[in-house]
Parts: sequence; structure tokens; C-alpha cells
Amino acid sequence: MTVLRKDLLLELRTFETVPAMILFSIVTFVIFHFGLNQATIDGQLAGGVLTVTLLFAAMLGVNRLFVAEREQGGFDAFLLAPVDRSAMLIAKASALFAFLVVLEVVAVPAFGLLLLGPSLGPPLPGLIAVLALADVALAVIGTLVSAIAVNTRARDLVGPVIGLPLLIPALIATARAAAPLLAVHGSGAPPGKWVAVLALYDLVFALLAYAVFDFLLED
Amino acid sequence: MTYGRGLRGLSLATAATISLALGLVFFYAPLDADQGFVQKIFYIHVPLAIVSLCGFILGGLLAIGYLRTGERQWDVRSYVAIHMSLIFGIAGLITGSIWAKASWGHWWVWNEPTLVSFLIVLLLYATYQPLRFAIEDPERQSRYASVFAVTAGAFVPLNFIAVRLAQQYVHPRILTLSGGNLPGSMRLTFLVSLLGIALLFVTLWKYELAAKNTRAQIRALRRSLLGEESVRPLGRSAAPS
Repeated sequence: MTVLRKDLLLELRTFETVPAMILFSIVTFVIFHFGLNQATIDGQLAGGVLTVTLLFAAMLGVNRLFVAEREQGGFDAFLLAPVDRSAMLIAKASALFAFLVVLEVVAVPAFGLLLLGPSLGPPLPGLIAVLALADVALAVIGTLVSAIAVNTRARDLVGPVIGLPLLIPALIATARAAAPLLAVHGSGAPPGKWVAVLALYDLVFALLAYAVFDFLLED
Repeated sequence: MTYGRGLRGLSLATAATISLALGLVFFYAPLDADQGFVQKIFYIHVPLAIVSLCGFILGGLLAIGYLRTGERQWDVRSYVAIHMSLIFGIAGLITGSIWAKASWGHWWVWNEPTLVSFLIVLLLYATYQPLRFAIEDPERQSRYASVFAVTAGAFVPLNFIAVRLAQQYVHPRILTLSGGNLPGSMRLTFLVSLLGIALLFVTLWKYELAAKNTRAQIRALRRSLLGEESVRPLGRSAAPS
């Protein structure tokens, strides 16, 4: 848990990754406004725009996740410490999860303000639940992919190229679950089928990442 | 390791099964009432797709072997399985596209969940070789590639579930892979084709393993007989050796 505290402290001190992610997502909303040439959007389109923006913003964070470890030799120090190696996965995924939550606290209201047609108020509890599940998926896959990519050449390229196809099922589920929430006369609760798919995805990849992560640190 | 053993018999069996399958396709299976002759590409396309998906999962299972034992043989097996599956998968995608154009009028149909999930899987595995190439240390290359293969192998079925759910209520299933709606003669032809393509996969897999293995042995022999300078060092490569 020291690693988690270190990461959060580092982010608070340097203020590097999260503000960039937030700026990126707001700029993307503006780009979508001009790209789609629509003042307001709702329903499936809104769900898709929100999910895709958060996904790409998350990729920025994924690229930065292990950079400090690599540049400052943090991996060696971590391997010397008498702790379980999976602690690294848990700490890094929690840090990424925290970054994503902070990002969404700013980006989702901005989305409601800039693009969303219907009011953001009524569907908010359902949206929070869906986005929390999506954040788990992003955090787990992001950490795994980032740990693979950080030791390759051209790591900024390898990370997103592997991560995006892996995240497509999560993207489908999130966008579909968010769609009825953001519709004009939407329901208050997200569709159970998609929440279940998202939860299954989280569960499978969390277990999988836990199983294989040790091998990525072994040198 | 001798991968050459039984290779001749296997090759003959593969050639015989594929010839039999082609014979059945052209002379035994009835013409489809709706689609006519074009429907016969189904006997090539569907087995290619099924075998390549099974090959991806096989690659993941073999990669578990590498992660458990640390022996490079397992990584080579996993690598060859995945790259054979990529070739089969691309062939499956092309034949599928031809079939789609002929029977639905479009080269690409987003409503067909199997097609879309297949594309996503292929896009994911297309990053396997670049990933290997981006890692210079051979031992680390094997380890990371195995982690990728395991993750992606688990991704294959999950992805199919998600994409199929996304489309289920939009479009009726055109073809059930269980063969439930196939008449008997078509099903027999299909099963023989599937067996033929699966045998082809195994044969090619063994051939490539035998070739890689032999090359490694020759290099080792040269080095011990003629000295270190006689063998040129291997360049950077995505393939394990």
C-alpha cells in the first residue's frame, strides 16, 4: 500500500497526469461537438461519446503509469522489498482507478454541461454505478498492458495498440448500459444485462491479471 | 524433441481428408436453394474460422506451459500456433467477405456478430508479433508474449459473448454453428471439411516446429564443430528460436 500512497502523493505534488487527462477529455467533447455538428446529443450517441472519450483519456494515464518506476529504478527497489509481487498490481490498479474517478468527477459534469441534451440529475446514480464498473475494467487492463508495454521499445505505441482491442467488450457494455440512462425520457436504472457483462469482464480479467502479473516483474 | 516423427503419415492423412472434403463439397453436397453455388464457400470459410479461434486458445494454453516451466519449447509451440491461427484467420476473413458479398450484397456486415467478434480478435492478435519484436531480450520476449497469449486466449470467448449479446435482438442468427438446421448431407460434408482444415493446421504447426527445431540444432552443431565465429549471430526477431 506504500506504492499506492507514493503514486497518489506523486500525482498531488507534480500534478501531471490527471489534469492532462481532464483537459484531454474536455477538448475531446469540443471536438465531438464540431465533428458531429450537434449542439446536444442523447441516448446511444451520448453513451458512446462519453465512453470513448473516457477510454482515450484513460489511455493517457495508462501510458504514464509505470514511467516513474522505469526511469528511477523503482522496479528493482520493489523486487528487493519483502512483499508479494501482486501488491504492485493492486497498488497500480488502485492508483489508476483513483485517477479515473477524479477524471470523471470533472469530465462527466462537463459532458452534461457541454453536450448532453437531457438533464444529468436523474440518471446520475445509475451512471455512477456503470462508470465505476467501467473504471475497474480500465484500471485492471490498463495496469496489465502498461506493465507489458513499459519494457518494450516504442512503449507509447504498444500500450494503446494492445489495450484498445482488449477493452472493446468493456466499451460495448459501458456504452450500451449508459445509453438508456442518457436518453431523453430515459429510465433511472441501467439495463441489467450490460451491467452483468461488465461485471463478468471485470471479474475474469481481474483474476487473470492477478495470475499473470508476477511474470511481468521477474527481472 | 523430434517433431518430425509421424509427419509423413500426418501429411498424407491431411491431403486425403482435404481431397475427400473437396470431393464431397463439389459432388455430394446439394446446392443451396437460396444461394446456389456460392454457398459452397461455407465449407471452407467456417472451418477456417473455427480452427483459427481454437488455435488462438491453444496458443494461450501452450503459453501457460511456458509460464509454468520456463522451457523455451513451450513458447515456440505457442508462437507457431498463434501465427498459424493468424494466417488461417485472415484466410477465413477473406473467404467470409466473399461469401457476404455474394449472399448479402456487402463486403462487410456489421449486423453479423460472429464476423465482428472475429475482427476484434484478429485486431488483438495482430499486435502479437509487433509486441514480440519490440522486446529485445529473448527471455523477456518469451515471458511477455506468453502473458499476452494467456490474456488474449481468455479474451476470445468473452469477446464473443459480449458482441453476440450486443447484436442478438437486432438480427436473427443466420447460421447456427451447431449445424442444427443443416440437412444430413451438408452436415457430413461440413464435418469432413472441418476435420481436414484441423488436420492441415496440426500438420503445418508440426512442420514449422520441426523446421525451427532443426535449424536450432544445426546452429548448435556448427558452433561446437567449427567454433563460435562460424555462426552468424541471430538478428532481432519476433520469432523465438
